[in-house]
Amino acid sequence: MNVAALREGISYQGVLLALFSTLTAAALVVANGFTAPAIHTAEEQDLEASLRQVLPAGFNDNNLLTDVVRVKDSTGQDVEVHRASKGGTQQGAVFKTSSVGYAGPIVVLVGISRDGAVQGVRVLRHAETPGLGDKIEVAKSGWVHAFEGKALSNARWLVKKDGGDFDQFAGATITPRGVVKAVKEALEFHQANHAAIYAAH
Amino acid sequence: MKTKDIIRNGLWDQNVVLAQILGMCPTMALTSTATNGLGMGLATTAVLVVSNMAVSSVRGVVTEQVRIPVFIAIIATIVTLVDLGLNAWMHDLYKVLGLYIALIVANCAILGRAEAFACKNGVLASGADGLFMGLGFTAALTSIGVVREIIGSGTLFSQASLLLGPHFAFLETRVLPGYGGTLMMILPPGGFLTLGLLLAVRRRIEMRRDARHCGGVVAQASHCGA
Repeated sequence: MNVAALREGISYQGVLLALFSTLTAAALVVANGFTAPAIHTAEEQDLEASLRQVLPAGFNDNNLLTDVVRVKDSTGQDVEVHRASKGGTQQGAVFKTSSVGYAGPIVVLVGISRDGAVQGVRVLRHAETPGLGDKIEVAKSGWVHAFEGKALSNARWLVKKDGGDFDQFAGATITPRGVVKAVKEALEFHQANHAAIYAAH
Repeated sequence: MKTKDIIRNGLWDQNVVLAQILGMCPTMALTSTATNGLGMGLATTAVLVVSNMAVSSVRGVVTEQVRIPVFIAIIATIVTLVDLGLNAWMHDLYKVLGLYIALIVANCAILGRAEAFACKNGVLASGADGLFMGLGFTAALTSIGVVREIIGSGTLFSQASLLLGPHFAFLETRVLPGYGGTLMMILPPGGFLTLGLLLAVRRRIEMRRDARHCGGVVAQASHCGA
């Protein structure tokens, strides 16, 4: 049997496909092993940088990445709470919450002091309309700073249009409403689970 | 094929976006700023060069019947490698482009070049074809991004330092101070409008050139088409 005829045979095609699948799979395994540590480091740095953003400078002196407790919220889902402490005294907590905005979920990271005052808020992920709803990003406007220092007891947790304390944007009410709701729920979660969050290890 | 032709085809005559109208997904999705267009263009160029060379080097082994799955496996692998590499070593850029890198697999321009060029030509020529097709793609995406960004937000090359490093921070300019931006240009319709505009400009240049070549010479009119 000559080579040309062999190439036309079904077994040649099968072997060829198997060979290429094996080669490409091997390349991916090697590359994954090679990049996994760097990706892990980059993601940790990312998380640390964002955790740091929602707490004032000098608020804590511990490693937020390692001091973590898992607390169940009202729907039974695990929430990862990063605890901030200074000189061994617990100062507050940082965790994610989400609510529904105009175009899908808005994920926010909230830093709260132990006595229940918001220290900082950052929107981690959203799909709101560029130019209208994206003013919730700190890079686009200072709107999220309005939450700082607010607690459940000293603010009305609604946008102004609904009779609350927080500004909406021209052309976008649903987006800020969603963020206000997410931060309020974070405070309620913090209050309801205070003992569990600050329990010793 | 001569190198000069490869360069000319990639950048102008067969430009992926402006002549072949391929790769419309990234063309619409990633051109709301010039920086995004440039970043996506460069990532696609890298994939094109490597995939063209890889496809070309196995062209003697791969048979007609199974070439498409083999090419797709090669392209998907290369895209995943770029994805992992960016995530590991250029993490800030990855956060901007990450969602779209995987979509390079589905960019028909890549498989198109494998089919139309790389599986018939040598490794070096295929690499060059990938490079210039990619650069043509990058130029088109960046141009669309420039138009959309200036009209849409009044800035140019915002976040360029994220893509190219801090040395390129000088590129980030506010072209129209105090201009609030036109939302529609950032949203998908702006992509279609700008692409249509650039296609019209390209067509006009081509028509001018043809008219100059053939202007008034009846004997040559046949090769100018109707």
